[in-house]
Amino acid sequence: MSQTLLETDGLTVRFGGHVAVDAVSCAFRAGELTAIVGPNGAGKTTYFNLISGQIAASAGRVRLMGEDVTRLSVAERCRRGLGRAFQLTNLFPDLSVLENVRLVIQARHRKGFNLLSMASGHAEITTAAMAVLERVRLSDRRDHKVSELSHGNQRKLEVAMLIALDPMVYMFDEPTAGMSVDEAPVVLDLIAELKHDSDRTILLVEHKMDVIRTLADRIIVLHNGALAADGAPAEVMASDVVQEAYMGKALEDV
Amino acid sequence: MLVNLISGDTPRSAVLTVLLLIVLVCLAGAPFLFPGVRSLETAATICIFILLVASYDLLLGYTGIVSFAHTMFFGLGAYGVALASIHIGRGWGALIVGSLSGAVAAAALALIIGLFSLRVRAIFFAMITLAVASAVAVLVSQLFNITGGEDGLTYLIPRELTPAFRMGELFGVRVNGRVLNYYLIFVACLALFLLLLRIVNSPFGRVLQAIRENDFRAEAIGYRVVWYRTAATCLSAAIAALAGALYAIWLRYVGPDTTLSFEIMLDILLMVVIGGMGTMYGAVLGAVIFVLAQNYLQNLMGVAAEATEALPILPLFLDPNRWLLWLGLLFILSVYFFPTGIVGRLRSGR
Ligand SMILES: Nc1ncnc2c1ncn2[C@@H]1O[C@H](COP(=O)(O)OP(=O)(O)OP(=O)(O)O)[C@@H](O)[C@H]1O
Ligand SMILES: [Mg+2]
Repeated sequence: MSQTLLETDGLTVRFGGHVAVDAVSCAFRAGELTAIVGPNGAGKTTYFNLISGQIAASAGRVRLMGEDVTRLSVAERCRRGLGRAFQLTNLFPDLSVLENVRLVIQARHRKGFNLLSMASGHAEITTAAMAVLERVRLSDRRDHKVSELSHGNQRKLEVAMLIALDPMVYMFDEPTAGMSVDEAPVVLDLIAELKHDSDRTILLVEHKMDVIRTLADRIIVLHNGALAADGAPAEVMASDVVQEAYMGKALEDV
Repeated sequence: MLVNLISGDTPRSAVLTVLLLIVLVCLAGAPFLFPGVRSLETAATICIFILLVASYDLLLGYTGIVSFAHTMFFGLGAYGVALASIHIGRGWGALIVGSLSGAVAAAALALIIGLFSLRVRAIFFAMITLAVASAVAVLVSQLFNITGGEDGLTYLIPRELTPAFRMGELFGVRVNGRVLNYYLIFVACLALFLLLLRIVNSPFGRVLQAIRENDFRAEAIGYRVVWYRTAATCLSAAIAALAGALYAIWLRYVGPDTTLSFEIMLDILLMVVIGGMGTMYGAVLGAVIFVLAQNYLQNLMGVAAEATEALPILPLFLDPNRWLLWLGLLFILSVYFFPTGIVGRLRSGR
C-alpha cells in the first residue's frame, strides 16, 4: 500500500458549545484523490482549516508525512508540503495576476528575504508562473489587476495559486463553485491531471456528484462534524448514510 | 543602466517623470541655482525629509503597518551623532560611529517592539509604538545631563563641513564647507532613497505588498508574516535613524522639537498621504510640497496680505500667522481630490 501523507487523529474543534469538527480520524495516501462531501455546515471547510492550521484544534492531532504538525503555524505547514485553495476567493487584489502567482513560486523557492535584487530580474520565477497561468488559461490576463477579473477567472487564479505551490497535499475547497459551465472543465481537467502524480494526495470538497464520480478514488462523508462514511465511491454513494447525510438538509427541513 | 538604478520602477506618467526630474535637478544644483543660506537650508531639509518619509512609506504604504515611532528612530540617529561628536570629539569618526550606532540602536529597538507586538493585531503595534515613543520623549527630556533635556545639544562637526571652511568661488557662488555639507547630505539621501527603491522592488518588497493586501493568504502560501513585518520595521527604523543622523550633521544641533516631537510625526504622515502611499515617488513629491509650504507659505501670505491691504476681510485671512490654517486647508483639499495621493492621481489620470 502507498504511503500515508496526511493523517488526522481524533481532530476536534469546538466553537463555544458547538462541535464543528468531531473527532475525525482519517488517513490520506499518496496517489489518491479523496472527495469530502456533506451538507452545508457539515464542517468540511472547518476540517480544512484545522489541517492547514488557520484554526487551532481543541483536541486531536494532524500528522504530515509522519510528523506531528498540530502546533505548527500555517506558513510552517505550507513549507512542509501542505497546499490549500480556498472556498472563498482569497487573493492579493491590488496586484497583477502574474504577480499573484509569482509570489507563490517565489515562496517555494525561498526567495522572500532577497532584498537587493530586482523581483522582475528573477526570470526563472516569471517563467514558472507563466507556465502555471498557461495551464489555467489565464496567461492573456497576466497584467490585469486581480480585482478587475471576473469571478470565474478569480476562481481559476485561486486554483493556479495552489498548483504553483506544487505541494505534497493538495486541498481544494469547492474549486468550481460559481464558475460557468464552460469554465469549470478547465479546472476539473487540471485536477484530473494532478492525479497522475502518484506521490501526491488530493483532498477535494465538492458538491457536484458527477464530478465526484469521475474524479474520486474515495469518498468521506462529514455529517454534523463527524465522519459518517468512508470508502470507495460506488459503495459510499449507495449507502444509507450518504443518502441521509447528503440529502440531510431536505430531511432536516421536514 | 538607469532603469537598473531605479530598480525598474519607472514613474509611469510623463508629468510625474518631469516633476521628479525637476526636483532632482533643483536639489542637485541647489547651492548654485538658489544661492543663499535660507534656500540651502530648505533644500537640505527637503532631502532629509524625502528619505524620512520614504522610509516611513516602506512601513505604511508597502507593508500596511501604522507606526507612531518613526520620529523616535529619527531622533535616535540624530542623538547618536550628537553624543558621539561630544564624547568622541569633533571628527569624521564620530559622525560615522554616531550614525551607525544610531541606526543599530533603532533597528534593535524596532526588533524588540516588533517581536513583542506584531504577532498580535496591527492596531496593537500602533499603540505600542505610540507608548514607546512617548516614553522615549519623556526620557530624553528627563535625562538632561546626557541629552541636554529640552535645550538639546550643540556640538562641533568636522571643519570641512562648516561655513568657516572656504574653497573659493564656482559659478559666481562662494563655495564653503556648508556647500560640502549639503552635498554630503544630498548624496547620502539619494543613495539611501535608491536603496529603498530597490528594496520595495525586490522579492522581499513583493512579499511586503502581498502582506499588505492579504496577510492571511501570504501566510497560507508559506511566508512567515511576522518575520517579514518585523524585518520591514527594522529596516524602516534604521533608515529613519540615518536620516536623523544626517539632519544632526546638517543642523549641528539636536533637540526634542527638531527630531522627536509628535508634530514631526504628523508632518510625516501628511507628506506620505499627500504624495501617495505605497510609492516611493510619493515621498519625494509629498516632502517637497510640504517643506516648501512650511517654509515659504508664510512669506507668500505676507506678500498677499500687503497686496490686498485695501480690501476688507481678505488681509485678515492672509495674515502670515494664519499659515497653518492654509496648510490644513491644502491638506484637506489634496486628500479630497487625490485620495491616492499626487502620484496615484498622476499615474491613473489623463
Ligand atoms: N470560526 C468559527 N466560529 C464559530 N463557528 C464556526 C466558525 N467556523 C465555522 N463555524 C461553524 O461550524 C460549522 C461548519 O462550518 P463549515 O464552514 O466548516 O461548513 P462546510 O461544510 O464547509 O459548509 P459549506 O458546504 O457551506 O461550505 C458551521 O455551523 C459554522 O457556522
Ligand atoms: Mg465550506
